[in-house]
Amino acid sequence: MVTSVNLSGVTLKNPLIAASGTFGFGYEMAELFDINCLGGISFKGTTRDPRFGNPTPRIAETPGGMLNAVGLQNPGIDAVIAEELPKLAACYSGAVIANIGGFSLEEYKECVAKIDAQDNVAMIEVNISCPNVHAGGTNFGSSAAGAEEVTRAVRDVTKKPLYIKLSPNVTDIAEIARACEAGGADGVSLINTLVGMRLDLKKRKPILANVTGGLSGRAIFPVAVRCVWQVYNAVSIPIIGMGGVASASDVIELMLAGASAVQVGAATLINPYACKEISEALPAEMEKYGIKDIKEIIGGAH
Amino acid sequence: MQKTRLTVTENIQLTAGVYRMTLVGKDLETARPGQFVGLALDGLTLRRPISVCDAQNDTLTLIYKVVGEGTAQMATMQPGKEIDTLLYLGNGYTLEKSGEAPVLLGGGVGVPPLYLLAKKLIAEGKKPRVILGFNTASEIFYAEEFAALGLDVTVTTVDGSLGVKGFVTDALKTMEGYTYTFACGPEPMLKAIWNTAASDGQYSFEERMGCGFGACMGCTCKTKYGNKRICKDGPVLEKGEIIW
Repeated sequence: MVTSVNLSGVTLKNPLIAASGTFGFGYEMAELFDINCLGGISFKGTTRDPRFGNPTPRIAETPGGMLNAVGLQNPGIDAVIAEELPKLAACYSGAVIANIGGFSLEEYKECVAKIDAQDNVAMIEVNISCPNVHAGGTNFGSSAAGAEEVTRAVRDVTKKPLYIKLSPNVTDIAEIARACEAGGADGVSLINTLVGMRLDLKKRKPILANVTGGLSGRAIFPVAVRCVWQVYNAVSIPIIGMGGVASASDVIELMLAGASAVQVGAATLINPYACKEISEALPAEMEKYGIKDIKEIIGGAH
Repeated sequence: MQKTRLTVTENIQLTAGVYRMTLVGKDLETARPGQFVGLALDGLTLRRPISVCDAQNDTLTLIYKVVGEGTAQMATMQPGKEIDTLLYLGNGYTLEKSGEAPVLLGGGVGVPPLYLLAKKLIAEGKKPRVILGFNTASEIFYAEEFAALGLDVTVTTVDGSLGVKGFVTDALKTMEGYTYTFACGPEPMLKAIWNTAASDGQYSFEERMGCGFGACMGCTCKTKYGNKRICKDGPVLEKGEIIW
């Protein structure tokens, strides 16, 4: 049985990738289990400058999911390169995916150029879709022109496989994916969280200090399947699918919709061993559906 | 950290809205006082962080107040119910700095973690004094359990219906010769203790959490020594690092 997949020349031992913002920089999770069960790890979204993120509360529960408004808390690109990446490299030999956030073209370029020089990073995932930061980020991701502009800017400064992470909070995600392809992206990853909101009835105020947050978890899985399906029809570059994935059968479903690899996010926050358990369950699930090589099912439902 | 299934053996009401749940498991890790567990509840996405009141071998005691959907569900649980649990989470209190005469200060549902702490301090040959604060007499719980450990317990009530009238800090002001403070309770209480206490100490904080084990950055706070996650680097912070 073959579980390996290929993303723009990078071989992953299986299609499972830990989603950015749910797995830190990997090494703390390595205290719980051998994280080499993962094909890839997309590390915590990193920006040029260190960021505290938003005030708390940053988390609210929702039916079938959760809202977060962390706001890209991270130690900044230089500290990530100097301190976090060596710790990750010490315990992980799979594909490290650098998740890069930003507030201006210059910032995106500066970070991507720095990451381009890191041998222990296999690919880059540029986040143009964080719903929890103001002025920037999502502004680029909410229009085709903005998405293409960012893609072209960072394409100039890296030869590593370049994936753009897209927002579902748009009128037509396929159009934005096409713009990324036109701008020179090697692939796209989707979906980021959906913008949502909850209120505290006793206080009659929003629960989140940021007022709105990003919805993730089981509730958004059908949205992810739909978006991956639409984008698969629109582009010829690979798609990393994510959104509410919590089981090996979800992985197969998202790949049938068109994903070449699949990220596991909120599931880890509920069960820290989710990635390990899904990786262990995948071969039996493939067997169940008569799949001998997981690559064969990519886009298989079209 | 350990992910395991625990079975409820007892779940009784202590006062209005406050319950004590006893659970048993197999080959459980050893809890440090001030640590908490993450309970996965039926139909709810996020685990509920509940502080450990007592832990002995494979038996665990939790005291919780019904404040929302999750704790309301817990209150309906019968003996025999199994709960998927992450344990033990957070840093917990460190006992080394306590000196010879520590004082424990708990407010409301901040009282429970001090119970295991008291037992551990006693095991080290110390005899902490205890100040427990509540709003009113009918809300008091565990004062007798602390006294049964052989400790000197002072109860305060805001309305003066029992014990010292006022807050735990009113009792602390009249106390002499203490070497260290261990505190757990609502943030205004912690801040009042921080301003009042004549000694160094450790303070246990609350925050809305996502994962409970440090992965999501949902509960980060600023300290004098950088950003800390309440769930993993806390919930216990040293007096000297707290920024209000």
